[in-house]
Amino acid sequence: MFKIIDKKQLNQSTFSMTIQAPLVSQNIMPGQFVMIMTDEDSERIPLTIADFDKQKGQVTIIFQAIGASTIKLSRKNINEEVAHFAGPLGSATELDGIQNACVIGGGVGCAIALPQAKWLKNHGANVDVIAGFRNKDIVILENELKENSTNCTICTDDGSYGSKGFVTNILRKNIEHGKEYDCVIAIGPIPMMKAVSDITKEYGIKTIVSLNPIMIDGTGMCGGCRVTVGGKIKFACVDGPDFDGHLVDFNELMIRNKMYRKEEEHACRLLGGAK
Amino acid sequence: MYNKQEFKTPMSHQAPNLRNTNFEEVSIGYTLEEATNEANRCLNCKNKPCISGCPVNIDIPAFIGLIKEGNIAAAYKMIKEKNFLPAVSGRVCPQENQCEKHCVRGVKGESVAIGRLERFCADWARENGIEIESDVIEVKDKKVGIIGAGPAGLTCAGVLVRAGIKVEIFESLNRAGGVLSYGIPEFRLPKDIVSYEVDNLKKQGVKIHTDVIVGKTVTISQLENMGFNAFFIGSGAGLPSFMGIEGEGLAGVFSANEFLTRANLMECYKDEKDTPKPNIKNVVVVGGGNVAMDAARVAKRLGSDVSIVYRRDIDQMPARKEEILHAQEEGIKFLTLNNPKKIIGDENGFVKQIECVRMKLTDPDESGRCGVQPIENSEYTIDVDGVIMAIGTSPNPLLKNSIQGIEVTRRGGFAVDEKMKTSIKNIWAGGDAVTGSATVIEAMGAGKKAAESIIEYLK
Repeated sequence: MFKIIDKKQLNQSTFSMTIQAPLVSQNIMPGQFVMIMTDEDSERIPLTIADFDKQKGQVTIIFQAIGASTIKLSRKNINEEVAHFAGPLGSATELDGIQNACVIGGGVGCAIALPQAKWLKNHGANVDVIAGFRNKDIVILENELKENSTNCTICTDDGSYGSKGFVTNILRKNIEHGKEYDCVIAIGPIPMMKAVSDITKEYGIKTIVSLNPIMIDGTGMCGGCRVTVGGKIKFACVDGPDFDGHLVDFNELMIRNKMYRKEEEHACRLLGGAK
Repeated sequence: MYNKQEFKTPMSHQAPNLRNTNFEEVSIGYTLEEATNEANRCLNCKNKPCISGCPVNIDIPAFIGLIKEGNIAAAYKMIKEKNFLPAVSGRVCPQENQCEKHCVRGVKGESVAIGRLERFCADWARENGIEIESDVIEVKDKKVGIIGAGPAGLTCAGVLVRAGIKVEIFESLNRAGGVLSYGIPEFRLPKDIVSYEVDNLKKQGVKIHTDVIVGKTVTISQLENMGFNAFFIGSGAGLPSFMGIEGEGLAGVFSANEFLTRANLMECYKDEKDTPKPNIKNVVVVGGGNVAMDAARVAKRLGSDVSIVYRRDIDQMPARKEEILHAQEEGIKFLTLNNPKKIIGDENGFVKQIECVRMKLTDPDESGRCGVQPIENSEYTIDVDGVIMAIGTSPNPLLKNSIQGIEVTRRGGFAVDEKMKTSIKNIWAGGDAVTGSATVIEAMGAGKKAAESIIEYLK
């Protein structure tokens, strides 16, 4: 059992939880994830690590209570426990040698973009952060993103906060204004990652995306998380979750992630939606 | 005087049309009378050919002799000396290719039902609360780390702990058992039996850590710094293979590992479990091994209409005859000499049809196995909404990549010598991590052999 040390609600549906998991915390690198089961009846779900503290033996996850399992997890409180917490899994993002980075987060994806920005900033890179949200009410981690970047642009789809428009508008503007990025890292909804990759392909800028397919074991055994990258089958849990955005078959990923939508909707109705 | 009955004493089963709707165990097991009757078929022959076919060298005629005498507790104890998981192997061993293959009674009629008798002793002992008191051995100041709580790792742990060596097992999943938990379905191997065997090991002092992925959570060199003297890798088979045909990325295409894990480890068919049950009504399972049979029979129990597509003929299927027969009885269709060519999706990306081609056998090659080739212009489609690929696995690179300098075979499994030792002086390996997909009892045999070598090394 793994104790919940801290819990914060970042917006209506997004939660941050810090879990006491000393062994898991020791070998973490940015971009890796954990597998969580809230209780013995729960699904195993992958969540990307948002932060960690080796000294305290703690790991922080940030997640949106959007499906049955994440809603169940969001209802756990400080000093309660989660049944299973295993990781870190996946390969670390290859950040070595990047000098000028643009780190793009969409919605709750900003939680995963943050450790990447932080690592790059700490290793002397110039880091532009572009963080996009649907509207003002769901903006998260603004201060943290600002602290860990050279420039930080917040944008909202409806213009209710920061710049109006999508992250891709800002990215294109930055590039056209002469910003020279040697790498773009995009983490967020699949359509956003696809749109970012389409733009950077035009300019020939290397792009890393972090994928979030359905997983069961998270160690390569089930193959549920397979994605097609450059025409080859890859397993996001061991080969990823980061891949070259210019090679990922995003359409296939979108389809595969919809596989259990009907069952999910049913389970969510039973749970009465997010708090 | 022995029992001259030419055929095995039948074991009762749940009726096919009842069992294909539930997850209760298919084979019910012998009663004491049935077991005694079957035991009396054993000739207790002098040269004991059966033992040579047993990967863990159980003294088979001796334990059967004890059943004849009615001393089941002693029979169980005798099996346990060589085999730590008799309730498991009695159910899932391919005895027809091992001990029973060599049985003299099999020359005219059927061999003695050694597997069923082994299972009987183990079940009898469990139901009657028989515990084996292990002789008190001086606990040594040596500690072994075992990676993977499957049949190889559990067996290795059992042998080591009996020699007074401290053992800790690291399991990446949320439950111990490995393939016994995630792979083999409840109706072939009830999970209570797996838990019982795991609990027995814990009682003997074996520590089991779930949720620890060695190579990620902690590395072998970190474990060495924490005081472990030697290691056994029993991390299992690995990544599921796909055919590389069009449409394998569609929603509704599963690896057998995924499908079975959802059902067996995550128990998606139970109301209280959150893991979604794959909602597929017409399913094709591709493959002809035991895993294909398991996947097909699980799909049937989840309410699907199921066909198995296999490119060779039924006689060439690698699955156990008993499993094939059970699947047929349960209403699973066998489309042998058929091979998938592509999977076709609907406008939303969900599986709609599978296109197959008919095959014909060609002359056997040097190994004696028939080849197959497609029959031209024989393509046709089947309407399906689910496809399960059960065509094997390839080694998982996760652990291997975390151990500097460890040697692997051309196929990617850990390379070991005859004592199961790897190229690193204090690391042994066995089971599917070495051989690729093989049997539970072979994994147990490897775990045992490795343990004996580790004991020698730690002296």
